[in-house]
Amino acid sequence: MSKANLLDRRQVVSTLLANRKDVVAIGGLGASTNDMCAAGDHARNFYLWGGMGGAAMIGLGLALAQPKLPVLVITGDGEMLMGLGSFATIGLQKPANLSIVVLDNEAYGETGGQTSHTSAAADLVGVAKACGIADSRSVTTMAEVEAFARAVHDVSAGPRFVNVKIDNASLERILPTRDGTYIVNRIRGDLGFQPI
Amino acid sequence: MHARADATDTAPNWPDDIFATLQRFDVRQVPYVPDAGHSKLIERVLGSSTMRGIPLTTEEEGVALLAGAWAGGQRGVLLMQSSGVGNCINMLSLIPILRFPFLTLVTMRGEWGEFNPWQVPMGSTTQGVFELSGVQVLRASSAPEVPAVLEAAASQAYNALTPTAVLLSQRLIGAKVFTK
Repeated sequence: MSKANLLDRRQVVSTLLANRKDVVAIGGLGASTNDMCAAGDHARNFYLWGGMGGAAMIGLGLALAQPKLPVLVITGDGEMLMGLGSFATIGLQKPANLSIVVLDNEAYGETGGQTSHTSAAADLVGVAKACGIADSRSVTTMAEVEAFARAVHDVSAGPRFVNVKIDNASLERILPTRDGTYIVNRIRGDLGFQPI
Repeated sequence: MHARADATDTAPNWPDDIFATLQRFDVRQVPYVPDAGHSKLIERVLGSSTMRGIPLTTEEEGVALLAGAWAGGQRGVLLMQSSGVGNCINMLSLIPILRFPFLTLVTMRGEWGEFNPWQVPMGSTTQGVFELSGVQVLRASSAPEVPAVLEAAASQAYNALTPTAVLLSQRLIGAKVFTK
């Protein structure tokens, strides 16, 4: 089962967020949102516990509203497959400050590890590229992850997409808050918006 | 091309009333899946310097987009046709969970003189789907009532965070006619 060059998801996410500065990060439903929490809770973390397929679109709405802020979506292959059309919507809008990372273990890890379409057929990099996200690539080394983490801060050259093949190790669950209103209002507060 | 039969020969003004209300409420992001009934409003949005029209591949994208827009400090409105409401159902769960202002304007099919039976099942359940999903429904059936309905809808959606859908009835828009 084990393939070469499969990265550790927690190491990938903690590297992406290590020097995050003003980044707003959205974690897709599933292990990705836990990985984000494992890297350290933050007022600008948008944890999703539902709305499967919506992570990239939440990222687009945020990126268009805050064009000077780097917006980073971190999600899984299953979550991205459910919102595949959002690649086309993002490819059309071309928000220069939006970056998307898929942690691709080729499986639905939360539901028993059933294989996903990326295991045999679906090429997310090809889809993203064909939808107009020119800066789309597959990443296999931590050096590339580090380079991408730096690129996220360039809010004039996106949108960009990377697919990171990760191992399918089952890790200790580190659960973020499940209170959606708190999560959103904490982000809004950190961006300087008052309650209604 | 299929055209809608309007009650008058001139283009209707109610889309301008909607646009003016959205502008007054500082709506900035306007995700949409096109519909003939929304075409004039979409044109106004795409020509606006303050609003951004965002074409979607499916309506549920728009619900998630509006959640992100709100987290980033902007208001939005989702434009769609009644058949798109069914595409949104699971994503509507974000609205009570994240508590962001949600306003959608829905052009109705499957009612008032409908020609196409395939539009009827979703058109008939549109209001019920919204209500089961926690979205309040207001309806505009004639051009003169559009401004007041829009004002009420925008006010309760943006000021009171009451998720609101405005159904723009087929009677208002004009039943779609198929010309040979």
